[in-house]
Amino acid sequence: MRSIISFELYKIFRRPRTYIAFGAIAALIIVIQFGLKVDGKSYADFLMKDIKDTLSVDGNVLNGYLICYILLQLLLVHVPLLVALIAADMISGEANLGTLRLLFSTPFTRTQWVLGKFIAASIYTIVLLIWLAFLALFLSMWVFGTDDLFLMKSNYVVLIEKGDVLWRYVGAFVFASFALLTVTSLGFLMSSIANNSIGPIVGTMSAIVFFTILSTLNIPLFSVIKPYLFTTHMNNWKEFFDIQVNDNNEAIKGSILNIAKIKTSLIVLSAHIVLFVGAAVLITKKKDILS
Amino acid sequence: MSVIKVNNVSKHFGSLKAVDELSFEVQAGQVFGFLGQNGSGKSTTIRMLLSLIHPTSGSIEIFGNSIQSNRNKVLEEIGAIIERPDLYPYLSAKEHLQLFAKLRSKKITPSSIEDTLKKVGLKDRAKDKVKTFSLGMKQRLGIGIALLHNPSLIILDEPTNGLDPQGISDIRNLIQQLAKEEGKTILVSSHILSEIEQMASHILILNKGKKIADGPIQSLLDPNKMVVHITTTNDEQAIQVILAGSFSNYLLKRKEGIYLSIPHFEIPLLNQFLINAGVGLVSVESKNSLEDYFLQLTSNLN
Amino acid sequence: MNFKKAGTIIFAMLFISQYCIAQNDPLIEKVSQKLALVDDYVAEGVMKTNVSFIKASLGKVKVYFKKPNLLKVKKEGGISLLPKGGVSLTINSLLNTKQYIALPMGVQQFNGKTLTVLKLVPTDEKLDWVISTLWIDPATALVYKTFTTTKDNGSYEITMEYGTYANLGLPSKIIFAFNTKDYKLPNGITLEFGDDDAAAKQNALRNKKGTIEITYTNYIINKGVSNSMF
Repeated sequence: MRSIISFELYKIFRRPRTYIAFGAIAALIIVIQFGLKVDGKSYADFLMKDIKDTLSVDGNVLNGYLICYILLQLLLVHVPLLVALIAADMISGEANLGTLRLLFSTPFTRTQWVLGKFIAASIYTIVLLIWLAFLALFLSMWVFGTDDLFLMKSNYVVLIEKGDVLWRYVGAFVFASFALLTVTSLGFLMSSIANNSIGPIVGTMSAIVFFTILSTLNIPLFSVIKPYLFTTHMNNWKEFFDIQVNDNNEAIKGSILNIAKIKTSLIVLSAHIVLFVGAAVLITKKKDILS
Repeated sequence: MSVIKVNNVSKHFGSLKAVDELSFEVQAGQVFGFLGQNGSGKSTTIRMLLSLIHPTSGSIEIFGNSIQSNRNKVLEEIGAIIERPDLYPYLSAKEHLQLFAKLRSKKITPSSIEDTLKKVGLKDRAKDKVKTFSLGMKQRLGIGIALLHNPSLIILDEPTNGLDPQGISDIRNLIQQLAKEEGKTILVSSHILSEIEQMASHILILNKGKKIADGPIQSLLDPNKMVVHITTTNDEQAIQVILAGSFSNYLLKRKEGIYLSIPHFEIPLLNQFLINAGVGLVSVESKNSLEDYFLQLTSNLN
Repeated sequence: MNFKKAGTIIFAMLFISQYCIAQNDPLIEKVSQKLALVDDYVAEGVMKTNVSFIKASLGKVKVYFKKPNLLKVKKEGGISLLPKGGVSLTINSLLNTKQYIALPMGVQQFNGKTLTVLKLVPTDEKLDWVISTLWIDPATALVYKTFTTTKDNGSYEITMEYGTYANLGLPSKIIFAFNTKDYKLPNGITLEFGDDDAAAKQNALRNKKGTIEITYTNYIINKGVSNSMF
């Protein structure tokens, strides 16, 4: 299987289309960082409008840690679409190109091919995430400096000490990798059904948009299925940035408010990955290769 | 020893019988020609041999192993090119060979890759991306990929597709060399019947998924029967005369011209019959080729 | 001159003078004398932010003071949240201006102590506070509580506890209490969607009071503090 993985990775990283996602992420992040560097004060003032009437906030609020959080909030909604570009092309793209018959007549089982391709697509996803992490976190830290993370959520504010932030980002990125791998596996499943790439790419993106809307709408009718939708859990990387408080309302350093929520989300996302990839294997094994 | 043994294999796509209870054997060292019109089931059969398509019924053995249960072992010894040569446009010829070399358990050295490029005439274009290749060059590269790991069985589906006359000749010579000098077993399908006639020692003809002929070329081509091509001053009149007479069974359906499959000794009788009927006979040409045999067979069935 | 008019003026002057004398209230003088012993200090402490919608951990702070009323609270690296305008309203900053009238308001019980209550009314319009109430222990001349209404930043209640440095009027603990505005950011800004019990969470955090406590661990007194610290 190692040969399949290196075969697939070579093709992925030799293909010009692969670098669209890297370029898009870099462009987005740099533009947002530039905007916040030039005019971040008004943005920060807007966020703190309810606080500034009674409290004075001293320190580097708009530091690299907060910038990274803002970037992740924006990008981790859209990066799945970039992941789908590659994942949804992995099998159907080969069928469309006509190379699938070439690959499936080599001395490897179809299961080995499907799993090998999925692992290669997953490696691509992780590399993309590392690139995002490098630009969103480390570049932000370099440009904006570091300080405590002053997080303004919808209903409350969390102030996390500087020394208590970095490990949370490591956890968040690991979590985000599960979220993105779920998208990879969905794209993969779509790709195993079709013989061209447009359908699976559009299908994957449509599924993400559709389920995201179901996950975010506060309609009681949908509350039954929400816990089982992968889109409900994809944004729970944010739970790494909420802390417990003791009886005196003092934040407990190194704590996570709802670790059970993170664990549940990881289980749900992992289950989706197994389900989607398993289905892709079954479909590919059974189908006749006519392309 | 049978390299390929196909036993009563059928493939149905819904109500369509693409292959209908097909059985044949390919012996070691043969160049086996696979013939049939478009839609006759050739590609479907080849895809079943390579386990790309699951047979509806029947069994396939290659090198004495079932393709279903010993797939990987069997495929290790097969090199194949299926229909048109589809490759990765953003990779070069050399990259293709290097990548596919990784998928084989046999160690393929860089010098083997160079030899393969030379064999298929792509040494000078090794570093060029495939998107710049002509169809013929892609075909050569596809053949190169099939030959790279020195397989015992080579399956070539339309290998001379898109090649110029020199290229066709080169591939023909290569196939003959692989069979005679290297003892490879080769299954080659083609529409260019004259090419099969020059390359193959055995043929199988498919029509609508069924086998209609199978055996050594020389024994299939009946020396006692000839295909005769008649040119006249009035072909319509000539056809009417033939249909009205005792030679009507020999008439072959062709789009243009008058062709008859007729025993050798009856040709002079035919000539006399036509002249007596007032047909202006211009020429009578006779031949005994695979193409004619193929057309005769498929015409009879239609 | 009309005798009636003259009498009214004299009566008003006597009335006012009675209250003017209160500026030199002996208790206030005692407190001022105690505070006068301290020209400057650098204090180390631990700050606790207790606001319903803010989750923050304890943070180490340094408090810098220089006569007459320069005060700065600095968190040791990190972001600090302090009541707007409230921190500067220490006893020193109130009393060192000497621009006020002190009005006695009787006595009250507070934390088991009987304290004298005085209201300070500023006489200088430029001061940023409108009125301030002090609860003072007459025996020790220590101020245990103040309630000050500012011009622009609302009202602040400051309570103090004393320990080692009581003789210098320096508290061991100081608590700022203030009313907080309801906090809410739109979901479209925070990108937090799909929270089914958001309304309940919001209600739980409404209309609460906030406190910021500084517990002092150490004072370095009268060693000089540069103006650049402020």
